[in-house]
Amino acid sequence: MAKLLEVKGLKTQFFTQDGVVTAVGGISYDLNEGETLGVVGESGCGKSVSVLSVMRLIPVPPGRIVAGEAWFQGRDLLTMDQEEIRSVRGNKIAMIFQDPMTSLNPVLTINRQVSEALELHLDMDKKQARKRSIELLDLLGIPEAADRIDDYPHQFSGGMRQRVMIAMAMSCNPQLLIADEPTTALDVTIQAQIIDLVTRLKEEMGTAVIWITHDMGVIAGLAERVNVMYAGYIVESADVKELYADPRHPYTLGLLRSLPRLDAERREKLTPIEGLPPDLIDMPPGCPFAPRCDYAIERCLVENPKLETVARRHTAACWVDVTGGKR
Amino acid sequence: MPENEILLEVKNLKMWFPIAQGIVFQRHIGDIKAVDGLNFFIRRGETLGLVGESGCGKTTTGRSILQLYRPTAGDVYFEGQNLCKLKGEPLRRMRRKMQMIFQDPYASLNPRMTVGHIVGEPLEVHNILKGKDLRDRVMDLLEVVGLNRYFVNRYPHEFSGGQRQRIGVARALAVQPDFIVCDEPVSALDVSIQAQVVNLLEELQDKFGLTYLFIAHDLSVVKHISDRVAVMYLGKIVELTTREELYENPLHPYTQALLSAVPIPDPVVEAKRRRIILTGDVPSPANPPKGCHFHTRCGVMVAGECDVIEPEFRNVGKEHWVACHRVK
Repeated sequence: MAKLLEVKGLKTQFFTQDGVVTAVGGISYDLNEGETLGVVGESGCGKSVSVLSVMRLIPVPPGRIVAGEAWFQGRDLLTMDQEEIRSVRGNKIAMIFQDPMTSLNPVLTINRQVSEALELHLDMDKKQARKRSIELLDLLGIPEAADRIDDYPHQFSGGMRQRVMIAMAMSCNPQLLIADEPTTALDVTIQAQIIDLVTRLKEEMGTAVIWITHDMGVIAGLAERVNVMYAGYIVESADVKELYADPRHPYTLGLLRSLPRLDAERREKLTPIEGLPPDLIDMPPGCPFAPRCDYAIERCLVENPKLETVARRHTAACWVDVTGGKR
Repeated sequence: MPENEILLEVKNLKMWFPIAQGIVFQRHIGDIKAVDGLNFFIRRGETLGLVGESGCGKTTTGRSILQLYRPTAGDVYFEGQNLCKLKGEPLRRMRRKMQMIFQDPYASLNPRMTVGHIVGEPLEVHNILKGKDLRDRVMDLLEVVGLNRYFVNRYPHEFSGGQRQRIGVARALAVQPDFIVCDEPVSALDVSIQAQVVNLLEELQDKFGLTYLFIAHDLSVVKHISDRVAVMYLGKIVELTTREELYENPLHPYTQALLSAVPIPDPVVEAKRRRIILTGDVPSPANPPKGCHFHTRCGVMVAGECDVIEPEFRNVGKEHWVACHRVK
């Protein structure tokens, strides 16, 4: 399968009054056409910044992409000028954001907001764009779309607003859809609706998806490949079944152990990861996870491990072999 | 401690918030029926989980039990006393026995008060301890919840979310309550921190024999911590039973849909699961549907019955209450 996106050595920093925050510390990953990549990690681990950097949506200043390349269809997104990146954004790469309450403009009608991309990228006139918008909303299961299209965002519920966001994102048939925690603000039954919807659209249109979430459960049912991020680094990357069956990084292992499971047999005590994530300003020189890690050895405190292949299509950044024995 | 002693009993609890219209003269034009007729009890030492989606009335239930809202109707019996009939000083004295842990650890601690002050305030308010004794007790409490006793002079902003939630727990424990309402105590926390707080709550329960009403929207967490679970939908409890029974044999169609929607962190299991996708959104509590509140989204709805007659909340077997016409 052809590669759609190839990110190499991406490093994004924020220059703040308190110091330099390294939000993304140099990560590389790639994505095939039509593939679904899950990115998991806790708040502040750089999962959102890593994709916002690729979309060139980082506020500059204080942020800056200090190194890296992001190849998309033979062109580097990070060196494009403003005009070029604007023709890609919303057209070939589209994004759904976490909070459907704040990511729609409250003073514009739904019609105006969905039509905008159609008029801009596909050169439709107002009438065509409106007709297409209604079709899109219909497709996404918004009842009485033709009437509701002139409503304002506050007249829609959270789940419906997220559908509108998806309609906007899918309007130009993008090759890549980036979903940044799209269901975190929603209830589980609505979350199930949205996941079902995106999976269906993806199959129909062959769109590749990067799905960012903190929920290991959502990823399990959705992704083909998973990147686990911690403190600005990808610490493990594998096919979804492999990752859950055979996690090789202590952080992934810790995450899976600390989750209560609905299908657990008895009430077992949860195994939390002790301690707190590190401050991204004063990063320790070694592995960022070492202070919280049960497996840490001396080397972990001085040298940050790189991603290494541990099995077929499976990489992990750890000096220790968690399956037993030393590497 | 006698087994099966009922600590708290809620009878036909209703909490309606009035909707008013008009600028000078406020006309009462309707009610938001946030909680509309609840019946349940909690035994001493057990954890009752309360789950449901946002806006279904979980938090209002917790607050009206503690009389933070005065309920519109109904009775709340705590150790045999009807809290809804108490006022002033007698009610204040009862408050020592019931405390609350709030959802948002960022908003529920006063940023201008030191940790010592925050945790000690309930002790001062109830005139339990003063001076050095108070300070010693606060330091002990911090240790109980896994914080350093020398944090007393720090301010909330110096702590992370998980640590703040521990401060909230210490404050609730200060007056040695019997009963704690935990209102989404882990929802705002990251998963690795969430497990720390859940474990802490369980340890404290064993240590001090606490009784919890654990409110959350995350069914996996509720299943983990609760002895019995109540499922709420639009102001009413639709099903209440033991946790094993609920997860193995859910009877109400809403419970079934809710359980099927919860993702399980295992791709092999996920691939095999069949999801019940509910259509539409939760209706407005200002204008709930007639008959069974769930009939507008229900897959087994029967016209002429479910949309007309309100189902009775009845016991269908051992400790299993459900409100549905279709359950025989």
